[in-house]
Amino acid sequence: MTAQPDQGYASKAARRGTSGAWFKLNPGLKGLLRYGLPLIGPLVLFLIWEGVARAGWINPILLPGPIPTMQTLITGLFGGPLLFDFWMTVWRTLQAFTLAAGIGLPLGIALGSNDRMYRSVEFLVDFFRSTPASAMIPLFLLIFGVSDFNKVAIAAFAAVLIVIFNSAYGVMNARRQRIMAAQVMGASRWRVFRDVLIWESMQACFVGLRTAVSMALVVVVIAEMFIGSNNGLGHVIINAQQVLNVRLMYAGILATGILGYLLNVLFLFAERRIVHWSGR
Amino acid sequence: MTMTALQHPLSARSVVTAPAQTHITVRGLVKTFDDAVVYNNFDLDIPKGRIMSVFGPNGCGKSTLINMIAGLVPINGGQILFDGKERKDTTIGYVFQNYREALFPWMRTVDNIGYPLVLKGWRPKQVADRVEELAASFGIGFDLNLYPYELSGGQQQTASIMRALAPRPEVVLLDEPFSALDYEMTLSIREKLQQVFIDTKTTMVLVSHDLEEAVYLADQILLLTKRPTRIAEIVDFTAPRPRTLDTLSESAFVETKRRSLEIFQREVRR
Repeated sequence: MTAQPDQGYASKAARRGTSGAWFKLNPGLKGLLRYGLPLIGPLVLFLIWEGVARAGWINPILLPGPIPTMQTLITGLFGGPLLFDFWMTVWRTLQAFTLAAGIGLPLGIALGSNDRMYRSVEFLVDFFRSTPASAMIPLFLLIFGVSDFNKVAIAAFAAVLIVIFNSAYGVMNARRQRIMAAQVMGASRWRVFRDVLIWESMQACFVGLRTAVSMALVVVVIAEMFIGSNNGLGHVIINAQQVLNVRLMYAGILATGILGYLLNVLFLFAERRIVHWSGR
Repeated sequence: MTMTALQHPLSARSVVTAPAQTHITVRGLVKTFDDAVVYNNFDLDIPKGRIMSVFGPNGCGKSTLINMIAGLVPINGGQILFDGKERKDTTIGYVFQNYREALFPWMRTVDNIGYPLVLKGWRPKQVADRVEELAASFGIGFDLNLYPYELSGGQQQTASIMRALAPRPEVVLLDEPFSALDYEMTLSIREKLQQVFIDTKTTMVLVSHDLEEAVYLADQILLLTKRPTRIAEIVDFTAPRPRTLDTLSESAFVETKRRSLEIFQREVRR
């Protein structure tokens, strides 16, 4: 820009410099605490699980130890039988999510920028958002039959309402003053929409997308369990339970957990990168 | 005005200048909020190339007045013209009190400043040149490629003022631009604003809740009454520019401030 010294970067570097010094001054224990704390919970759970399994308090037919379960999980996911089902669940969840985002974002933003339009459909959105998606499975069975698309459709239905709700509120809650700032500079309604409203709503949209992908996963797994399915993690879990293959069942459960967690982390990461100004 | 001040080139120029002509004319303005009448048949002439400070009791509609001039708040009746033109044919710069919610955090500071020019359809090169020109005249010592939230409050408000000035507006409206800043920052940005005014002679309307600042910057202090709002008085302050911290202790300043305060208190008690 200008030939002026850029104090912003300089001060940033200075701050980084101080924090670097902090680590040199306090090696070992403090660093261990800082990075080790999040590991304590899982470790304790692991130990309790192992203890319970060893003590035989719960019949090993119902609860295998953590180590054999992990073995089943790892061999299953790395080229074993779980891998294909894992990807099928991912694939269905992503299809449902893409549908929900593709329909929900434009619809929500459009509804949010027209207050009257949103008020007229608000009840419907809130009502179906409050209806458990699982209660709608029979209805979807009537419409789509026992097809693979059925599972995607019902997950997308549950997810799209969340996306609509959040993005609409994101637009409606845009800061008045930013809109006024654009208007006073002569921005047309379209420019205000394009340059301010969309950006203002982005944080809420991401919250919606993140919640929606979790919801899509939940519904896909349920659908895989109960709408005649030949694959997917839901299918694996319920099948393993039927034949009392508990190791595989727990491995399946852990796999859905890993999937859900990873999706959440992925979306949080994307959110921080894209909506970099949020909370600042 | 002392003799030495008169010999100052700037004050000499201002003596030569003819009495200010009217820039903004407000006629028969009506503004109501629900059942409360804020303005009823309100007339005001805002002079061209001068700074007018607006001061008055709480809730008398100081900000509402400049928001109506800016076209941000609809009026219920009357007319506001700029050199006889309508709002849509006039370029206005606006500086908000809350700089945090005035700049766009998704744009780099440099793009924030250039945004009004982009709206006007300027080419990227022209926009970049103008921003650079502004940065030079403001003596910007921070990196404009940072995002607004990476800047200090004072730097953000400086960027807001640069954005307001970028399209070379005919009128700049300022809504308590210093009240979210600490005193040190207020002093330095106040000086920059005065320098910009001396350089460009842009008509400015400044809403302030700080009488010292209102008088210090103003050529005219508009004192308003309680609702329904009328003009209590327009007080002139003719001290030469550039005004400095010494101005604050000169008798003309002290007297103008005292007189303004007197009118203000009379109106508050009424």
